[in-house]
Amino acid sequence: MPKPKNKQTDPPRYPLRYLARASLPALLDSLRAAGYRCIGPQLKEGAVVYAELDTVEQLPRGVHDQQSPGEYRTQASEDERYFAWANGPQAIKPWLFAPRESLWQVARDEHGRLRFRETSPQVTPLAVIGARACDLAALRLQDQHFLHGAHPDPYYQARRESLFIVAVQCSHTAATCFCASTGDGPRAERDFDLALSELNAGYVVETGSQRGASVLAALPLAAATAAQRDAARQQSERAARLQTRALPGRNLRDVLFANLEHPRWDEVAARCLSCGNCTSVCPTCFCHAESEQPALDGAHSEHVREWDSCFTQGHSYIHGLTIRAETRTRYRQWLTHKLGSWHEQYGRSGCVGCGRCMTWCPVGIDITEEASAICGEGT
Amino acid sequence: MKPKIAVHKFSSCDGCQLAFLNAGEQLLTLSELVDIVHFVEAGPVAPDEQVDIAFVEGSITTPHDVERIQRIRSQSHYLITIGACATAGGVQALRNLVDGQQWINAVYASPQYIASLATSTPIAAHVKVDLELWGCPVNTRQVMAAVRALLFGVVPEIRRDSVCMECKREGNVCVLVAKGQPCMGPVTQTGCGALCPHFGRDCYACYGPAENINTPALVNRFAGLGLLPEEIARRFLTINNAAPAFVDAARSVQP
Repeated sequence: MPKPKNKQTDPPRYPLRYLARASLPALLDSLRAAGYRCIGPQLKEGAVVYAELDTVEQLPRGVHDQQSPGEYRTQASEDERYFAWANGPQAIKPWLFAPRESLWQVARDEHGRLRFRETSPQVTPLAVIGARACDLAALRLQDQHFLHGAHPDPYYQARRESLFIVAVQCSHTAATCFCASTGDGPRAERDFDLALSELNAGYVVETGSQRGASVLAALPLAAATAAQRDAARQQSERAARLQTRALPGRNLRDVLFANLEHPRWDEVAARCLSCGNCTSVCPTCFCHAESEQPALDGAHSEHVREWDSCFTQGHSYIHGLTIRAETRTRYRQWLTHKLGSWHEQYGRSGCVGCGRCMTWCPVGIDITEEASAICGEGT
Repeated sequence: MKPKIAVHKFSSCDGCQLAFLNAGEQLLTLSELVDIVHFVEAGPVAPDEQVDIAFVEGSITTPHDVERIQRIRSQSHYLITIGACATAGGVQALRNLVDGQQWINAVYASPQYIASLATSTPIAAHVKVDLELWGCPVNTRQVMAAVRALLFGVVPEIRRDSVCMECKREGNVCVLVAKGQPCMGPVTQTGCGALCPHFGRDCYACYGPAENINTPALVNRFAGLGLLPEEIARRFLTINNAAPAFVDAARSVQP
């Protein structure tokens, strides 16, 4: 048999299978039987968010999303599909890098001596259903930050090691998506246990790991037909084609650092609220603050880590001085780090093209537009 | 000897004092750590006693208030304001923007008995304030954390980040972006736990201005949502009506 010319149709390690939509509950059952708590997308408070998933009925059937800078709306439809939307405000980040957690506690013993006790992470293995290619790219970056340095983070690590990922290949593109320009999507090629391509009546299932293969073992699967495989591939290609935004290049480090005094920084600072929403929804941002939370009686205290942001005052506070006191330098710090100095730190840009920072920016600041203004188009 | 604390009240609704009264077991712990010498709403009355920490609720609205706050300052080692009235004039500081005497004449049958100043001003407009706890009302966590820090001999930590930071940590969906509600979270100081957005409604800025805010940008956004200038001004002038950043924002749309 001749080898296919298109790289995307290279034979996978596991054969492609097909799961009818009516059998999707069996996937949840199989995950639960394997010991996983299932987390999946659901429509809550006007957005698709991840939450505990007990049944497929909770999935956002027929829900479409419309995104633009500073605006997110969902629409109901008669569509039978569960994943006919681009993304919501969260990626996998909150499930691994907890928004707030206690790292250790200290108490005085009967002799008045301080006793330190680490707070071991309590982990229930999670299966996240619905992760997109951009989310997986972000996951790789967070893994690099939290796990691959000299001091792996045990809290992140415990949750990460037991995480099972059911990715979903994007079939719909939001106006804010630009993962094709960053090289991170819309097809997830790796780092999933299973990946689903949702078709009108079911799913083409890719297997990415032995764990994934085990979870599939009990399911009523068929071999994916050529027509099903083609449909899956075509809708991924279409999702890529429909993207209208792009960053002006994959490595903007030099041009950003050559433009630290560009007038655009002042211009964006006049619009920026410095509220920190962009960094909170960014699936790769990892900054955090740590603080003591003593009990009123002073007998014990908790050391707590929380998500922080380069847009807060505390982020650049050192020895009585706030280094970045105003928005211009805070925004510049964010963009030059995300798109610039990440290359030195992690070997690539920190942006995976998910577009969350612009959708969830209350005033709709568009990272692709700012980067283009500062770096020049087509750099 | 235990440190002494006092809780004083000026023009206010008394709600901030509930941060102590509703503290449950912590109130018992507090009474073991300090002597609560003056706290009218709780019982003890000794308004002239020298104290280590004076908590002050309410704004300055009468000639008598002006004198009384000087006395409290002189007899207190630390003075901490609690709540929007003491820290930013409160709801009653709306009078600062109009002819207050006209309102008194309109409301009271015998206005000559009302000894009220033309303005409602924060405590810091009259005496040195060591620490300001914002909120309408402040909560138990804030007041107890301040006491605990001072007992340890350290400066209490006050975060002035936006409500958005906490809202995202809570996993709330942004009501401004997803519902088009005129949420004040981006310019409002954290401390409430993003309470209103958690229940699906827009923040109304009861914790006062956050650090490094950009009110013109939010004013523009609200205008884009279809709010009239008067409606935008009301978003800023509700609770913290003597907070300069909010007053300026309101005046920028409705001079």
